[in-house]
Parts: sequence; structure tokens; C-alpha cells
Amino acid sequence: MKKICDMTAVEISTAIKAKEITVTEAVLAFFDEINKYDGILHCFNCTDKDKALKRAVEIQKKIDRKELTGLLAGVPVAVKDNILTKDFPTTCSSKMLNDFISPYNATVIERLLNEGAILIGKLNMDEFAMGSTTESSYSGLTRNPWDISKVPGGSSGGSAACVSARLSPVSLGTDTGGSIRQPCSFCGVSGLKPTYGSVSRYGLVAYASSFDQIGPIAKDVDDCAALYSVICGKDGHDSTVSDIGFDFKKVSADNISKMRIGIPEQFLCGEISEDVKNAILKSAEVFKYSGAEVEVFSMPILKYAVPAYYIIACAQASSNLARYDGVKFGFRAEDCNSLQEVFINSRSQGFGMEVKRRIMLGSFVLSSGFYEAYYKKALKAKRLIENEFLKAFEKFDIILSPVSPTTANKIGEFADNPLGMYLGDIYTVPVNLAGLPAFSCPCGFDKNNMPIGMQLIGKHFKEEEILSAAKAFQNVTDFRKRAPELSFGGESI
Amino acid sequence: MLLLGQPIISNLFWGEAMKIDNSLLIQLESLSKIELSESERELARKDLQSILNFIDTLSELTTDGFEESTSEIVNSVREDAVTAAPDREAIMQNAPSVKEGFFAVPKVIE
Repeated sequence: MKKICDMTAVEISTAIKAKEITVTEAVLAFFDEINKYDGILHCFNCTDKDKALKRAVEIQKKIDRKELTGLLAGVPVAVKDNILTKDFPTTCSSKMLNDFISPYNATVIERLLNEGAILIGKLNMDEFAMGSTTESSYSGLTRNPWDISKVPGGSSGGSAACVSARLSPVSLGTDTGGSIRQPCSFCGVSGLKPTYGSVSRYGLVAYASSFDQIGPIAKDVDDCAALYSVICGKDGHDSTVSDIGFDFKKVSADNISKMRIGIPEQFLCGEISEDVKNAILKSAEVFKYSGAEVEVFSMPILKYAVPAYYIIACAQASSNLARYDGVKFGFRAEDCNSLQEVFINSRSQGFGMEVKRRIMLGSFVLSSGFYEAYYKKALKAKRLIENEFLKAFEKFDIILSPVSPTTANKIGEFADNPLGMYLGDIYTVPVNLAGLPAFSCPCGFDKNNMPIGMQLIGKHFKEEEILSAAKAFQNVTDFRKRAPELSFGGESI
Repeated sequence: MLLLGQPIISNLFWGEAMKIDNSLLIQLESLSKIELSESERELARKDLQSILNFIDTLSELTTDGFEESTSEIVNSVREDAVTAAPDREAIMQNAPSVKEGFFAVPKVIE
């Protein structure tokens, strides 16, 4: 039998139901890996082994009595630290929320618990999900399991790295401008950014509310589909969630033979590395071989996506983060003599530099005199980008692209160059602007043996189409099966 | 002190990126309720300037005749029924300062 930590979530729950392993064994297997490797990798902001083991016993009983029969019954799950949990602190990797414990669970957490999943801990991220490297975390950076001198990507860096290093079978991340897809690409795992309005944001700490979505990260398509089927769907606490459901059974590799796949030529030129470009072109050949039609087409509007995204996202961030005022919850600066000082000192001491930069940029584009020229202009650009995608989808079922122009960068590479980091989001932010679903999965390795990811973008609420295409790809390739060699257990740096 | 709604500059011309100087930075800090140290301010000025130069590329894009994008998702609302509210004590436990069950702040009125 496979080692438990190498199993997928679906394999684990199947093995538990077949009485081949117990829930407690599954939980212990992952905590063993966490003990060995997380000292160096730092995927987790916190874990709770005792609570997980206690719950494992309760869940085992319910599975034995056949009260729990779902896809994730007894499966350990770790979640990004911006998703509210009653049983763990939720810090957003910020000093501002360092001691914060939510009085309620996010909808996605309630759904995981009802399904019989076991929460094992909260995962590191860029502060308030602002960043692409997980280096802006107040709790310290996360290392890439494939090369610990490199970043895991971000902002869901802990979520992708922990699945890649086999410290958790699956995890939840969040994606505002690529924060699930890019770290999945950097760490060699799979992740789904669902259609805007398919997963409830109730209990997700807001960054840019009209882009934020929670999504699954896993070793393969089936696990992503299983986890997505549990967390998606109508919720009375978030009125933007549609009641269009998702049927796990509709995901089938056979669907590929009728599909038309388009590749925007703008995504194959410019700053893209040769290794990434070649991996995408080879993937296109795999799809052709599987029976799909593949064609390169032009979408010039894409060059305006990054500026439009940063204007809108920072504007919403400046508004959303106004709630951190040192009064009702979160960090309060000491020795304040007035209410104004409480606001200003708490925010100045509680936020890191990247968060301050985005709040100030947001204040700028929303301020009187600049609002029309920046914010309104960006909203119009968003409309044009949506229109161009809808036009492309008249011709294609799926759009194939890279996830990031390069593989994982060195730690510290963008320390003095935030704009350079923003430009790396070029392939991911158009998807958020248009509210589309996109799947990121491994499709190759570069000359330094670092994973390369591809992105499959689908029509609104057509998750089953992109997952079916990815499944067809997985059936004839084995990139997803490669795991990083962790040779640093017990060492310290 | 900058008042909300008061234009920072009256005219904005496309084609030349706005210059971020110290006084604009201080105005943005005031709007954001953030105070930067001198070293942070220099860093922020440099970074915001390069980001602004970049986002100005949007000015090339013709958007005349297009409406701004707003959400087209139709609200999906829940039944208007009474449900349990989160526990007051659990909420107050996160407050930095509490007096007699209320959030406490430094005196506002002299």
C-alpha cells in the first residue's frame, strides 16, 4: 500500500471506509511529516494535533456507523490563515490580527466539518493576501519544497507548499489576482480558482471583494473537484453566491475530444521564459493528441489587465482595510492619547509595508480629482476585458495559458521591486477581472528541476469543462506524480 | 489637514505620469490613517511613483462609449428569518479594551 502521506484525499477516505487505515492513522501520518519538515518550510502559522486527534476518534465512530459517507470523511485538511475558524486563530499573517480568534466559522469551514474533514492547522500567506511570494508574512517566509532558497509563490504560499511537501493531502487557498494558481505552479500542485460567485466568501477576510474567491489545492484534479463540490453553492450569508451547483460526476476525461482550445499569442511572447513557453506548447500538443482542436489567437486587450487590476484591487483594499482601527478587534498601539492616535498609530504599527503601499495607492485612485482618471477608467477596462473573453469563448471552450512567466524566484529577489512582482501576475489577473474559473496544474519542469504550471481558463460556471480537460491531460502525463525530495529534515538554517 | 472630497489637484492630463512628491504622500497618509517614518516615506515615494508610471499605460486604451463594469450577478438573498447572532462575549474577547461591556477608547469630547 502507498504511504498515507502520498495518497490523495479521495484515496484516504476510500481506504478509511474500506477499513484499511483509521482516521487517527491518517492524522498522525501528516503530523509526522509536519514535525519533520515544517521547521524549515514554515507552511503553517499554527497546528493543533490534540484537537485533530480528538476529532479523529469522533469522526471514525460516525464513519463506522455509516453516518458519514462523503468524499472527505476523515480526511485531514489545512486552510489558509485568512479563512475564519473558531478553533484556531486567524491572523492573515499580519501583526494586526496576531491574537485574533473568530467568534464564528466561515461557511467553507462549516461545510468541511459537516463533511467529516479534520482541520489540522492554518497556513502561512502574504500579509492580508497581498503579494506573490509569501515573503510579506508577519510570521516569516515559507520556503519552496523543491528548492528551499526559493519562494513558494503567493499569496497562498503555505497552502501550495504544504500539499507539495505532503504535509497535508489537500488545502484551501484564496485567489484575488492569482493567489491560488501561481503558488500551485511554483510548487508543482493543482489548484482551482472558481468562478466569482460560486463559493461563499462569508468568513473570508476581505481584500478585494469583487475578485476574492476561496478554492481547493490538491495533488490532482479529482481531489480538487471533490473539495470544490463540498465548498461551493448557495449560502444565505453571501448574496453574490449563485445557486448553480457543481456535479462532481460531470468531470470526465472523455469530454476532451469535442473541445476547442485557444491560446492567446500575447501570452507566449514578451517576458516569458523559454522553458515555460516550451512546456505550454508541449501541453498544447498533448491536448491535440487527446482529440482537442488547438489554435493560437490574438487578444491585445490583455496588456491592460495588470494596471486595471491593481487600480481596482487597491481601491477595494483601501476601503476593506479601513475596519482595522484598533477599536473593536485587532492590534491597538500603546500610549495613545486620542482616538485619532489610536487609529493612526495602530494602523502604522500593525500593517506591513506592502499593505500600507496598497492602501495608499487605493486612497490615491479613489481620491477626488483622480477617481475618474484611474478608478473609473479601470472599471471600463475591466468591462472591455470581460467582453473580449466572452468573444473568445464564442470560438473556444477553454483558453490555455502559462500561469506565470517564470518558475519560482529566489527569496528576496523582489524585495526592492514591488512593480516587478506585480508584473508576474500578467497571466492570472485577467481571469479575476472577468470573474472566470481557471485551473492551474503541473505541466513540466525547467532546467533547474523547478515545476512549471499551465492554466486552463473556462466559461463562467463551467468548472467541469476545465477540470475534464485537466483530467484528460493527467491521464496521459505524470508531472503531478512527482514529489519534491525533502532532504533537510531535522536540520536548521 | 486634507478634507475628504477636496480635489488634491484640479487638472489631470494624461500622457505624463503624476509626480508623487512629499506633500502628496502626506495627503495620502492622512486619507489612509497611516503615518510613515522618514525612511518608509522615501521608499513609498519611489515605489508608488514606479507603480503609477506603469498604471498610466491604461491611458492608451480607448474606453469612450463604454460603461464601467459593475457586477451583473443577481443577489441571491436568504429567507428573512430570525437566526442566532454570534455570542457577544466571544466578540468582546477580541476587543483591545473593554469597559462595562462596551468598546473603550480614549476620551473623544473634552
